[in-house]
Parts: sequence; C-alpha cells; structure tokens
Amino acid sequence: MALELNQEYQYGFHDPENYSFKSGRGLSVELVSSISRMKKEPEWMTAFRLKSLDVFSKKPMPKWGNTKLLSEIDFENIFYYVKPTEKQGKTWEEVPKEIKNTFDRLGIPEAERKFLAGVSAQYESEVVYHSLREDLNKLGVIFLDMDSGLRDHPEIVKKYFASIIPPEDNKFAALNSAVWSGGSFVYIPPNTKVEIPLQAYFRINTENMGQFERTLIIADEGSSVHYIEGCTAPTYSSDSLHSAVVELIALKGAKIRYTTIQNWSKNVYNLVTKRAVAHENAVVEWLDGNMGSKLTMKYPSIYLVGKHAHGEVVSVALASGSDQHQDAGAKIIHVAPDTTSVITSKSISRGGGRASYRGLLKVHKGATNVKSTIKCDALMLDEKSRSDTYPTMEIDEKDVRIEHEATVSKIEDEKLFYLMSRGLSEEQSKLMIVNGFMEPFVKELPMEYAVELNRLIELEMEGSVG
Amino acid sequence: MSELLKISNLHVEIDSKQILHGLNLHVNVGEIHAVMGRNGSGKSTFSNTLMGHPAYKVSQGQINFNGTVINNLKPNERAKLGLFLGFQYPLSIPGVTVANFLRQANKALKGNSVSPKDFRKLLYEKMDDLEIDHAFATRYVNDGFSGGEKKRMEILQMAMLEPKLAILDEPDSGLDIDSLKLVAESINKYKKKNPQVSILLITHYQRMLDYIKPDKVHVFVDGNIVESGGAELALELEKKGYDWLTDKEVIFKQ
Repeated sequence: MALELNQEYQYGFHDPENYSFKSGRGLSVELVSSISRMKKEPEWMTAFRLKSLDVFSKKPMPKWGNTKLLSEIDFENIFYYVKPTEKQGKTWEEVPKEIKNTFDRLGIPEAERKFLAGVSAQYESEVVYHSLREDLNKLGVIFLDMDSGLRDHPEIVKKYFASIIPPEDNKFAALNSAVWSGGSFVYIPPNTKVEIPLQAYFRINTENMGQFERTLIIADEGSSVHYIEGCTAPTYSSDSLHSAVVELIALKGAKIRYTTIQNWSKNVYNLVTKRAVAHENAVVEWLDGNMGSKLTMKYPSIYLVGKHAHGEVVSVALASGSDQHQDAGAKIIHVAPDTTSVITSKSISRGGGRASYRGLLKVHKGATNVKSTIKCDALMLDEKSRSDTYPTMEIDEKDVRIEHEATVSKIEDEKLFYLMSRGLSEEQSKLMIVNGFMEPFVKELPMEYAVELNRLIELEMEGSVG
Repeated sequence: MSELLKISNLHVEIDSKQILHGLNLHVNVGEIHAVMGRNGSGKSTFSNTLMGHPAYKVSQGQINFNGTVINNLKPNERAKLGLFLGFQYPLSIPGVTVANFLRQANKALKGNSVSPKDFRKLLYEKMDDLEIDHAFATRYVNDGFSGGEKKRMEILQMAMLEPKLAILDEPDSGLDIDSLKLVAESINKYKKKNPQVSILLITHYQRMLDYIKPDKVHVFVDGNIVESGGAELALELEKKGYDWLTDKEVIFKQ
C-alpha cells in the first residue's frame, strides 16, 4: 500500500537540466569560497561561510531523533550549489521555459494573480522569479531573495543575519551557514500592515540536490506580515537534502505569522532550523504543516524576550507509509515576564509511518506571570504505525501557569459506524475524522491553502481502507 | 398498507454469543412501533444489527427492507436504502461542523451536490422546524453537547437525511422531563410533516409514549419479542412491570 501511495505524489516529475552552473558533488573550502565569489559577496560573508564550514566539519551529528536515517546521509554525494539560470525574472515570461512550466504545474503564477502580495520562486539554489505588489513597494516593504537582500541592504542584513541562529547552534545550521543560497529577505517598515500573504515557493529538481535557503524576516515596530512557504521535489530513488535556516525578528508590537506547507517527495531529508524572537507586545506564530519528506526534523522556536510578547506554534504532521518519519514539534522560551504561549501539535500516522512530537518549554528565572498551554494530539490509523511524544519542560520560575495535555487516539469502530450509518463510506468516514482532527491547523490557513491541504490529505488517505 | 420492514427468524451473535433468538417483526410504511424492554434485553443489539454494526453477526434469518435483503449490506449501503439509526450514545466528531457533516452525509445519500448556500438554507429551515438554534450549524458534531442537545441533533439528522425508516434507540435515555418533552415534540413534528416515515422507537420507559403514540408496541425479553399489542400494552407494562412478561417467558420456555 505504501508503494501505491508513493505513486500518488503528483509533483514527482522532473525537468531536464539545462543549468548555467552546477557544482561537483561534495563539500570543500574551494566550493564555499567559489559560491561566495560567484555571488560577489562582501568579505565578512565569505569569512562567515568559511568559519561555518569549519564548525560543520567539527560538529558531530545529533545523537537524538532518527539517528539511523541521519547516519545514512552521504554529504560527499550531494550537489551543494546549482544555479539554474543567469538572470532572475521579474515577470514569468523572463523565466526559462521549462522552469516556468514547472511553476505553472504547481499553480504558482495563478495563485499570485489571485491572492498574493508577493511571490518568490526558488529553483535549486537560486530564486528564479520574484515580484512584489507595487503598492507595498511604495510603502517601503522589502521582499527580496536573500542574495539580493545582502547586496542591496547590507547594513540591515549584517545587523540581524545569524543573530538568532548562529552556525554553532547545530550541525545543519552550520552547513546552511556555509553554503546558503536563496531564501527570502523581508523587511516591514514600522506600523505597516501587509494584509495579504507573501509567498515563497521552493522546488528541488536535481537528484541528490542540496537546497540551503536562508530566510530573514524583520517586522519593525507595530508592523505585521504573513509569510507562506511551500515546497515540492521530484521523486527519485536516491536522496536529496533540504536544510534551511529561518530567522524571524518581531520588534515591539509587531506581528509575524509564518506558515509552512511542506510537501517534499519521500526522498528528501528535511532538516530545518527555524527560530524567532518576539520583543515587547510582539506576536509570532508558526503554522507548520509537514506532509512530505523522508525524514523531517524541525522544531520552530520562539524566544519571548519582551514583556507581554506572545508566541504560538501549531505543528501538524502526517506520517504516511513506512518510508516516512515526521519528527516535529516546537520550542518556546519565556525570557521576559507576562509572556504567553500556546503549542498545539497534531500528528497522524498511518501505513507504518512514524510521527514524533518533540517539544521544549523553558521559563527563565524572573519571567514571572507566564502562561503557557501545550496540547499534543496523536491519531494512529493502524497498528503498524508509530507515534511518540518527547516533551521537555524547564521551569525556573514559580509564578507561572502551565497546562499540558497529551492524547493518543485511534479511529474507534463506533465512530466509523456512526458516520457510515449516515451514508458515508468507510474511506469517507476516516477522511472526515482526519480532517476534523486537522481542523485547528486548517482553519488558520487562507482559504486557497486550506483547500489544497485538504486535497493533499485526501490523496494520502486514498487506499487507507482494508 | 405496504410492508417496509420484514424481519424473520432473526438470530444474532456478538463474540459468538447469541443475543437475539429468532425474532420476527413486520413494520408497514408510516407506522410507529415501540420496542420496549429492560436493559440487557437485546434492544440495542437489535437496533445495531438493523443498521449493520460489524460486531453483530446475523447467524440465521433475514432482514428484508423495502424488498431488499440487507443482511450483508454495510451501514452506508443501508443508509442509502433509507434506514436511519438515532444513536443512544451519539459520538462526537471534533473539528467537523454539524453543517459540514450533514452536507457530506446528504451528498453521500442523495448523490446530489447542493451548493453550501442552498444547503445552509435547507438546514436552517429544518432547524427552525425543530426549534434548534442556528448556532448549532457551526458547532462541532456532538462535541461538548449536553445529553439533550445530542438527542435533538439526532432528530435533526433524521429530518435532514429523510429516511424511510428511523430506528430511534432510546431517544429518552438520560434526559430530564423537559428535555424529553422537547425531543418527543421534535419527533412528532417531523412525523406530522412526513407521514410516510416509519419509526421504530426503542425505549426502556413508558414515559416517552405519553407523547408519541405508537401504532404497535412490542416487548423484548431475553432477546426476543414476547408480546405485541397496541398502545394499551405500554400502559399495562407501566402498571404491572416487566416481571409479568418475564414469568410468561419462563412459561414459554418450559
């Protein structure tokens, strides 16, 4: 059954390679220097990359999570930098035809016309298309690929880049810091509200590709922004690696919502570091949906460093088939008093899939009057599947209010009977229960994404009866 | 009057233990039959079996519904033929709104795809008929509902799905007298508007029959019907209790 499901991954096609530059396999000082040279980067960035490479080679692999799958990653077999085209398109017509066709099939230009404020489309290592609505441009909103951000706004980038995720944080953050390319640079000026979402789309095409985008979002005082990312890749028999670093900075009274709908093919390792800082009265929300990949390890974090800051993570994962492990969760660190947080985790495992919740709640001494709610629900659709919960709490302050609730459930026969007695087939009934389970995530999405997500769930659930 | 449900010699097992022992029952179009009996007499086995619960195995006999033998049909296939079961303990479906649930059920049963807007209009009409607050449409199915609310939602579902035969499994259980009246009134209202619907009303107590007048009353003892009669039988039961019939059953067996 797992095999049948694999074939249903509809973004598994790939294009012929017609690239302007493709590095050899493997990682070296020469490669890192040449990436920086090709990108005409300032010296500090070259030095940062080389230092990060050193950190990467010295750091051991994580000793937790799915260590077996992690040990199978062959860093020497990966293409670290692939430049698909010389020029970035400002209109879709300027994008090379084959690449444009791919994004057409993914529905990106259409989505842009309908409901997005700005679009960034990354193909392999580079952003090949970029646009921002003119009115937002005039308001001073900056939405660029990270490379252009570094070139055009070096002072902002230098101030914030790697300020919350240093290369030393973990092995994959170090790797990204050494070979990063693409990703988004977003700056929202004070008191500017961007009401409709900015979207970034990531596509891997080459087999054994490594994609290392780097995203930095700064919401200045009193501003707000919603950023959405989506990702797909072709289905290959050997693995690719996606290892992003995303840093969010919400200054006083700002609001950032970051939504991910991750739908990599089942040969992609998705090892991503995401972290945010929320200053006084700021709000940060991570909506993190993981449907695809072979192994995902991702725990979006929020540091609440200013009074009355609020952090929220909604993490949903669908582990479908014995070739998939979703190890997802959240970390919230209360540094300042009067801060609040909510973690909602929803995982579904089926067909031998494995879903793990891994979370950290930390309250620093002096962070009084903290309120936090953690709710983890796991739904297992069959006996072959697996669900684990690894919650950690480090509470160094007495004056806190913390609620924690965890459930593991199965689809009960009685519930199926109830729904089937109303005319729904067994498959429709299961899907309805699963959709209901996912509702806390789906209801937060813009309508178009909610529809898309429900469709993805439906595809994954097909053939789940029997 | 034409026959809708014909059950002959029905034997039912659960986990290889026989619960129903050769039951016979005929229900005509538009009739209300009350099935009464103590807890553990096999009433719920009977209703679950009719709807096709997979845990209940028909080992002998036949259930004929509207000309079709339904012994081996799945619950959803039975629903499509026009059977409905109002559950004694309705289940909650968190994250699924009443409106969405009923729209999908309606679509599955009737095959037509009504627009969300038209469907909502229809739903509101039925809610108004049953004096159910429109706010229920956006609540999650039975999630955090009170006992009375759950039972009334079952009646709303019946009204939306328009079955030929509604089996209502103890719609009165766990209700105080006010809630019971509300539920009974909504059943009556629906029946009045839809005289062709047949109802199998399964109940432990006579009190439901103060509000809903059955055409026939059947008494369940130890997995079979031991006595059938008109509405007056319920009153007799109320007076004499079930023991009177239990003794009779013993005599039968001897």
